[in-house]
Amino acid sequence: MQVGRRDFLRLTASAGAGTAIGGLVGLGVTLAPATARSQELRIKDAKTTPSICPFCSVGCATLIHTVDGKIVNIEGDPRSPHNEGTLCPKGAAIYQLHMNPNRATKVLHRKPGASDWEVVELEWAMDRVAELTKKTRDDTFIEKLPNGKLVNMTSAIFALGGATLDNEFNHLCQKFWRGLGVVAIENQARI
Amino acid sequence: MGSNMAECHPVAFRWPMKAKLNGAKLIHVDPRFTRTSAVADLHVPIRAGSDIAFLGGLINYVINSKRWNSDPFFKEFAVNYTNAATIINDDFKDTEDLDGVFSGLKGFKEPDFWPENGNIGAYDNATWQYKRGPKPPGAATKDLIAKRAGPPFDDLVRSLKPGPAEKDPTLQNPHCAFQILKRHFSRYTPEMVEQVCGSPKEKFIKVAEMLLENSGRDRTSAFAYAVAWTQHTYGVQMISCCALLQLLLGNIGRPGAGVMALRGHAAIQGSTDVPTLYHSIHGYMNAPSALRPHETLRDYIAAETSPTSYYGNTPKFLVSYLKSMYGAAATAENDFAYDWHPKILGDHSHIASFAAMAEGRVKGMCCVGQNPATSLNGGATRLALRQLDWLVVKDNWLTETATHWYLGPEVKSGEVKIEDIKTEVFFFPSTQIAEYDGSFTNTQRMLQWHSFAAKAPGDCRTDSWFYHNLAKRLKKAYAGSKLPRDQGWNNVTWDFDPDPGEEPLYPGEISARKVLREINGYQTADPKQHLKGFAELKDDGSTTCASWIYCGCFPAWEQNLTARREPDPPGVPGAHLKWGWAWPANRRVMYNRASADLKGNPWSERKRWVWWDPTFVNPPDPKTGKPVPKGKWVGYDVPDFGATKAPDAQPKPDGIALDALSGTQPFIMRADGRGWLFVPAGLVDGPLPTHYEPHESPIQNPLYKQQTSPVHKVWASGKPYNQLAVVGDPKFPYVISTYRLTEHYLAGAMSRWLPWLAELQPELFIEIGKGLAQEKGIRNLDWVHVTSPRGRIRAKALVTDRIGVMKVGGKTIHHVGMPWHWGWMGLSTGDVVNDLTAWVGDPNVSIHEGKAFVCNVEKA
Repeated sequence: MQVGRRDFLRLTASAGAGTAIGGLVGLGVTLAPATARSQELRIKDAKTTPSICPFCSVGCATLIHTVDGKIVNIEGDPRSPHNEGTLCPKGAAIYQLHMNPNRATKVLHRKPGASDWEVVELEWAMDRVAELTKKTRDDTFIEKLPNGKLVNMTSAIFALGGATLDNEFNHLCQKFWRGLGVVAIENQARI
Repeated sequence: MGSNMAECHPVAFRWPMKAKLNGAKLIHVDPRFTRTSAVADLHVPIRAGSDIAFLGGLINYVINSKRWNSDPFFKEFAVNYTNAATIINDDFKDTEDLDGVFSGLKGFKEPDFWPENGNIGAYDNATWQYKRGPKPPGAATKDLIAKRAGPPFDDLVRSLKPGPAEKDPTLQNPHCAFQILKRHFSRYTPEMVEQVCGSPKEKFIKVAEMLLENSGRDRTSAFAYAVAWTQHTYGVQMISCCALLQLLLGNIGRPGAGVMALRGHAAIQGSTDVPTLYHSIHGYMNAPSALRPHETLRDYIAAETSPTSYYGNTPKFLVSYLKSMYGAAATAENDFAYDWHPKILGDHSHIASFAAMAEGRVKGMCCVGQNPATSLNGGATRLALRQLDWLVVKDNWLTETATHWYLGPEVKSGEVKIEDIKTEVFFFPSTQIAEYDGSFTNTQRMLQWHSFAAKAPGDCRTDSWFYHNLAKRLKKAYAGSKLPRDQGWNNVTWDFDPDPGEEPLYPGEISARKVLREINGYQTADPKQHLKGFAELKDDGSTTCASWIYCGCFPAWEQNLTARREPDPPGVPGAHLKWGWAWPANRRVMYNRASADLKGNPWSERKRWVWWDPTFVNPPDPKTGKPVPKGKWVGYDVPDFGATKAPDAQPKPDGIALDALSGTQPFIMRADGRGWLFVPAGLVDGPLPTHYEPHESPIQNPLYKQQTSPVHKVWASGKPYNQLAVVGDPKFPYVISTYRLTEHYLAGAMSRWLPWLAELQPELFIEIGKGLAQEKGIRNLDWVHVTSPRGRIRAKALVTDRIGVMKVGGKTIHHVGMPWHWGWMGLSTGDVVNDLTAWVGDPNVSIHEGKAFVCNVEKA
């Protein structure tokens, strides 16, 4: 079943739902048509992209509205059997994860012992991390234990990854490190 | 229990609320009176960390109740679908016999090559095994390993089959699992529950009666838990105890039943399935280990394959995984490159790795989307981070982990000088959810795809981009190396660039669909021929599949089932099978064969889910062309059973995997096809859940002489940065739990930078009961100091009636609680609550004990 944005608004408006609206219904006032109109204007000509809330594990489905490639609105997907269009305070704030002046957008580097960051080029930083990874791996790699067991590993590099990252990230992360022989791969899922 | 669902999973909590409207009863057992308690029919207070005593009390009450002993449903379920009737080894000794420990307890000595395991003891589980008849004749496992038998590895798997387990379906044999557990929990009486948990006896009995009333043929009860059941030195046993109770009540594998894990993060299930966890490789196979007999591919198969369950297919899962790692270089001749795969040396978990780092044994770290500087024993973690040669932080915001070297409390106080920190630190900015493609797996094992909607600013790149581009550099750096140690890496397949014609989202970005294709798997000879499900996997290298459990999510080149968004029409019973894709095989309720009785009929009309349709006309077998007899499992869900295996099917005498099980053994992942009340293998801390005290507790264990789990973990034991309180320590008299708020998320990186959320919950606080506040002269909003043996922090007091005083064993115990979302970065800042927590943990899974430890509270 496909519920379009307009159908959804019609459904909710006719039911007098919505938090702000619900509060005023008791006073005999309904803002439903006005609210629906203003929301419609906000996402007029917007492109809708299906997405998922990145916070907790419930997996609420969202819809992202963009105009000219810029996010203008993010809300719950009314089709979802999990959330039926609703979101919690965190889910309702996904917009600010993106549209936020505090976002970090530059690559930073701190030299050993230095008291400040320096802004550096992305490619340079990647080269340097690759160089350090190789050096640490080569310096600490263990082919065999003293008891003769073949282990082909190092425990001197620790890879820690968050649990709000995609399955595809997790696959690359674990394949990369296991491929190199790094075994200390961990994730928020542990704790 | 173990969850504050209304505040921590608020959108999911709409469903219990809807069930309430349909007449369901909601019970909340929790040390705090939260918003979940406020809408429950019954709130029962419980002392943090005493849940096994409560659940054990329920088990004892249930099996001695009139209802359980008079309604034949319960015994029918227990005798046939669980191991209640199975006889355990005569040498087994219970905690009732040995005052709190099981037979087989021995010391644990840290191996020199990796002394970071932390176990204070270990068990040999030989006496916990089933009593068995003689092993069937046939080739010996060691001979098959010696002569490098297989592939196929069927003979090797067959050689692992043990003799038949002895049973007593009358449940009278004193050594049967049921009688053992009956004795084990016999002292867990309502009076004892009140004494240990502080829960009023009358309320406890009400819970037991409500569960009994709402379980049976026609009704089911479900438990939901979250990290309040995992963050303990016996967390796995808490969950196991609940599963035991639910099996006894016939509440597993049926709709509206089960033990529901409310996991905490969008992809936490995914990062466990696709394991960025040291202990497992894809699909819950154990990581090859130097501590286990894993020397060769065949040794691994022999040690890890359960021959008489679905896991009898382990060789197929493993070989297909090795093919996904090493591609064409993995051949039958070189044992599919098994030797190149690294082996773990022991515990390399989160805390173990930080403990090793503090000792200088870890040199470099890549931290992506996690913030350990505010995590477990924060002071010790930051001390460990300062020992690193290099640290990479990749995140959306400058986290405490990225800034610990100049803004950490130790640096600000002058205790540590910036110039003495020799770590080279990198910060890479990340994309947000709308800025790339990929899939998350939610708490119901459901994969859901999200799509790119907008470009990220500046140098923000996806986290996959980081590892993809690092891998390309390392591939180049090692190219041409002839060293044996580099051959594994040089043969790792790495083909994730978008195909020609597909535009990358960012320069150098991967194709996420290509990654999911590799996870799903394909015919080795033709990668465009995707595998439709794990039944197609082979152990000869002809299939390539990273994750057997995810096999089927992408069953054809252009068929990404995780992206489906088609809900069931309203009013039709179903499981929304066309919304996303759930592992395994898009099944929504696991072990759902148990939703039908022995003959395959639903236990009741009301609880119909999956059933046997004897009239169903099957097409001929597609492989052999032979006719298939009538009959099929049908229903609202994908059956978790052989689709055409009749309820009266008998095990094949020579059969392995599912062929070794009958048509009435629903728990197909267990070696005997039955739910385990008594757990002979798989848990390192005992076959039955037993009440122990948290590592830090104000009281002696009221049930046994043994105070704590005899095998739990203490890392960095005796180190100044991981000091621990003694039992009843007068310096730290209060029990503290850490918890979450609705408006913040974890260590705050994803919420304290957001103006809306920072405004909704602007400040750290400590919730204190009125009695304790009065005793300490603390008023609401006063600043207080909270101390544990590890740290001292400051927070504002929130004095309420919601958190309480427990009377336990005649002693008054005050609880306090603190949300742990704060740190020094962001729009809303506050002290790091995890500076109070300790490096102690569960011996099965190495999770810390954050839900029950001790502290002191003083007015600042």
